[in-house]
Amino acid sequence: MGNINKRSIVIALIFISLALTFVLKLFNLQVYDPSYKSYAENNTRREIVTFPARGLVYDRNNNLIVSNQADYDLMVVPRELKSLDTTSFCNALEITKEELVELFDKMRTKLKYRKISAIKPSIFYKQLSAKQYGYLQEKLYKYDGFFVQRRTLRNYEYPYAAHILGYIGEVGSKDLKRDKYYTKGDYHGINGIESTYENNLRGEKGYKYVLVDVHGREKGAFRDGKFDIPAVAGKDINLTLDIDLQAYGEELMQNKIGAIVAIEPSTGELLSMVSSPNYNPNLLVGKQRAGNFSKLSTDSLKPLYNRPIMAWYPPGSTFKTVQALIGLQEGVITPNSKFECYSGYNVGRFHLGCHHHYSPLNLRQSIANSCNAYYCNVFRYVIDQPKNGTVQNGFELWKDYLVRFGFGYKLGVDFANENRGFVPNSKTFDKIYNKSWSSLTVVSMAIGQGELLITPIQMANMSATIANRGYYYTPHIIKSIENDTVPSRFLEKHETGIDTTHFAPVIDGMEMAVWNDELGTARMARIPGISICGKTGTAQNPHGKDHSVFIAFAPKDDPKIAIAVYVENGGYGSTWAAPIAGLMVEKYLNKEIQPSREWIEKRMLEGDLIHGKK
Amino acid sequence: MVKNSTIKNIDWITVILYLILVAFGWINIYAANYNPENPVFFDPNKEYAKQLIWFGLSLFIIWILFITDSKFYVAFSYFLYGLSVFLLFSVIFLGKEINGAKSWFELGPVRFQPVELAKVATALTVSRIISNYGFSFKKRKDLLKIIAVWMAPVVCILLQNDTGSALVFFVLALPFYREGFSGNVLILAVIGAVVSVFTIIYPNYLILSSIIVVIALILMYKTNLKLVAISLAIGIATLLLGLAIYAAIEKEYFWELLIVVATLASSTYILVVGIKKRQKVVYPILMFLWGAIIFTLSTDYFIEEILSEYQRTRINVLLGFKDDPLGAGYNVNQSKIAIGSGGLTGKGYLQGTQTKFNFVPEQSTDFIYCTVGEEWGFVGTTAVIALFLILMLRLIILAEKQHSTFSRVYGYCVASIFFFHFAINIGMTIGLAPVIGIPLPFFSYGGSSLWGFTTLLFIFLKLDTNRTELIR
Repeated sequence: MGNINKRSIVIALIFISLALTFVLKLFNLQVYDPSYKSYAENNTRREIVTFPARGLVYDRNNNLIVSNQADYDLMVVPRELKSLDTTSFCNALEITKEELVELFDKMRTKLKYRKISAIKPSIFYKQLSAKQYGYLQEKLYKYDGFFVQRRTLRNYEYPYAAHILGYIGEVGSKDLKRDKYYTKGDYHGINGIESTYENNLRGEKGYKYVLVDVHGREKGAFRDGKFDIPAVAGKDINLTLDIDLQAYGEELMQNKIGAIVAIEPSTGELLSMVSSPNYNPNLLVGKQRAGNFSKLSTDSLKPLYNRPIMAWYPPGSTFKTVQALIGLQEGVITPNSKFECYSGYNVGRFHLGCHHHYSPLNLRQSIANSCNAYYCNVFRYVIDQPKNGTVQNGFELWKDYLVRFGFGYKLGVDFANENRGFVPNSKTFDKIYNKSWSSLTVVSMAIGQGELLITPIQMANMSATIANRGYYYTPHIIKSIENDTVPSRFLEKHETGIDTTHFAPVIDGMEMAVWNDELGTARMARIPGISICGKTGTAQNPHGKDHSVFIAFAPKDDPKIAIAVYVENGGYGSTWAAPIAGLMVEKYLNKEIQPSREWIEKRMLEGDLIHGKK
Repeated sequence: MVKNSTIKNIDWITVILYLILVAFGWINIYAANYNPENPVFFDPNKEYAKQLIWFGLSLFIIWILFITDSKFYVAFSYFLYGLSVFLLFSVIFLGKEINGAKSWFELGPVRFQPVELAKVATALTVSRIISNYGFSFKKRKDLLKIIAVWMAPVVCILLQNDTGSALVFFVLALPFYREGFSGNVLILAVIGAVVSVFTIIYPNYLILSSIIVVIALILMYKTNLKLVAISLAIGIATLLLGLAIYAAIEKEYFWELLIVVATLASSTYILVVGIKKRQKVVYPILMFLWGAIIFTLSTDYFIEEILSEYQRTRINVLLGFKDDPLGAGYNVNQSKIAIGSGGLTGKGYLQGTQTKFNFVPEQSTDFIYCTVGEEWGFVGTTAVIALFLILMLRLIILAEKQHSTFSRVYGYCVASIFFFHFAINIGMTIGLAPVIGIPLPFFSYGGSSLWGFTTLLFIFLKLDTNRTELIR
């Protein structure tokens, strides 16, 4: 060896010369020739999200209640920003220079903390008005880095049913993590059916890829749209709601606090669900949403609170119907059993008052006239049956009937924030009374007072169960989903375990409550021509005047509607709740109020239990 | 265990170059996989995570290679060669077709490309044949033997429809040349290959013009300036005359015919002068000139007229024109835009826009160099070229230090194979070479290729630890 091989030099030179050629070519490409740089800028790809139209919402009679309206967001791609003619830009957006500076500061802060990307579009200014959009679209080419993205907002065709429909809002950080479908700035249903049926209503976002030049102008589809994904529109849904009935209910309840729930007994379909006070759903749409929302949420009357499913109330005397059914099923009474009433129920020094009426009454009469003493007796007979042994066992037996009626637990309606109400068990009392208590200790529950708390929808469900003579379907608001089925749990029959035969005397009593001139407590609910059955309640309330309560269903045979009305601080059940329930039933079954009853309608519409109270 | 003497003799410069290349490659694979619209710091399903695993296995391979005795590579070279040709052959029937080439074995989740083994085995085998006592390229028997050993894998790979990989074997002509193979044959082969590829990429008149320029330079060097000047003048005059005639009767110029006629005129003059002045040197030059012209035109004719549509498509696939939704040259154009947009210092790590979003195809494999170009700029691309050049030159230097012919030839084989990949891969991304889908060593994503190149290199480094011994 020793000498360097000539041919190895040749090979090394080949290697070196090719490397040099590459370096020269690269120098030309990357440093000397500027054309490739501008090509690259011409080449920027932009992902444009195409938002699908959200599914429409119809009521049970195919009236459109929720539709969509177009809305435009001004988007920014920070990296593409160039110098900006702020004056004209401010004019286009109808904002002041200070506001613009603030918007830019906000954007920079977000960039700094990596909340938004420099090369990906993010929202700069939300929800342009049609006028702003029109003006801006013309001049957009002047504003590098900005473009307008279309999305849809909700449009509520009726100013009613706000609590049922819920509203749309920006997706929060928790939901962003939970569901990968959403990206920052997306909207989703927050409450009501918008939230429950979000996955059906939202559809699927599409993606469009376009090439844009340095000025942010679109230069056509990227790769002929090969990578584009079209948006899929959301599914339309039908609600079980009758929007006319709902509207009527909300009008009747104006200036009152409370709830109305109407159910079709044979299916469990919710015909109307009124929460009062309420608000116009259009208040929570678009730019005004934030302002209105904070106003509504600080209102002392809690208009955002969905009373039918969230409020816990004592059921009052309406509960005597269930009490009678338990007594009949347990065999401690017959329809002909009579109990004395001495202006109330007296045991030793214990006294539970009742209004004055003739005595003794049988079962039918006791319901019609709402005798307290009768049900104190029934309650105690049920619990103190010898077969139970202890009061604890007796109470559990009684409680289990209540649970089968749907009390104490969530019914499982299609609203996320349903409350369970409260049905105590024997352990509750063991704790309170240190295990020394008897049926007399808790006898106030016999008349729907005491620890017992139930929601208006549970109350309406009770009414529907009686109307059905023993069973119920879980109340629900969804009637049908486009190309899909409603959740199967709404098709399951729930039995109460009470024989159908026992319902006849109770229902007779409810009929008498409305129609018996002598005994009836709910004569205000009479509708000529409709065999309506009902039961009043006047629920004592430690915070003020009694709550006015009424449950009803009609017609007596083959019921079409079961209803519960709760008017807070309304006094007697017959004063407000009964006439309102009557009007609702008449409206639903006859579509109009007969002239002879218009005075009742007027009185209910004008009744004001809120203003001037304080 | 790896012997102490082995560790002591390892060429650490090469090892460090290897590690830098793999690391920088990985950094760029990460960038190519990075989605700025949904930034995730480390996604175990992405290619960069897998590449880390492939690299871990490479370290294991290196360890195996180092504990193996150097003599093993000599002794088992024929066996390995036989095995790899067998695998190359059977993959034609049993393999899985990926990107139109049936070159992969698939065993459950593991994919393996026998061509990687074949590169190593063929390099070892030709090294062993050349190192045989009394071997000479001038002996017909030896020449045929070496050509046969070289041809067998090439034919199998061509049958797999993996033309890119088959071309790699042609680069073994470099070590052959080093060991005494005729230089002229080498030059002619290279020119033939280059011209036939170029006839497809570039228009004919461009190639013809460049051939004429080359011939003029050779003539100038071999004869005298006056002859060249006059013949060129004749040629240009003929060309102008032809243009004038064309302008008079037709609107379109048929450049190729004009150039041929003009060359005919000037070469006639050269021939006359050559005969008169008895300058024999002009005959081979003229023969070469006309040979090149006929070759160029016939290649074109061959491709356009004789090949079927199907075969033409094949060639277009080979050259990268087929997988091209936006027409010929799209991929190369996008690749050039990506690299060109990098500028002097690049857009910064992870800031590339062209190498994401599918503008550039095969971003992490064949076109990984685009990411380097876009995000690291001219500084980065030059650095990669420098690293490869240093590695290849280092391999030549090491090869020349070997006492045994076997190790030396093998070293050249390794350097040449790297060179071929380097030349074609980088060349195609900057538009200087046809788009042949072969990876950039250590850079491109993929276990099979990383292991192949690692094995190739570290067998040589193992042989190099015994550089003063005669390995037979």
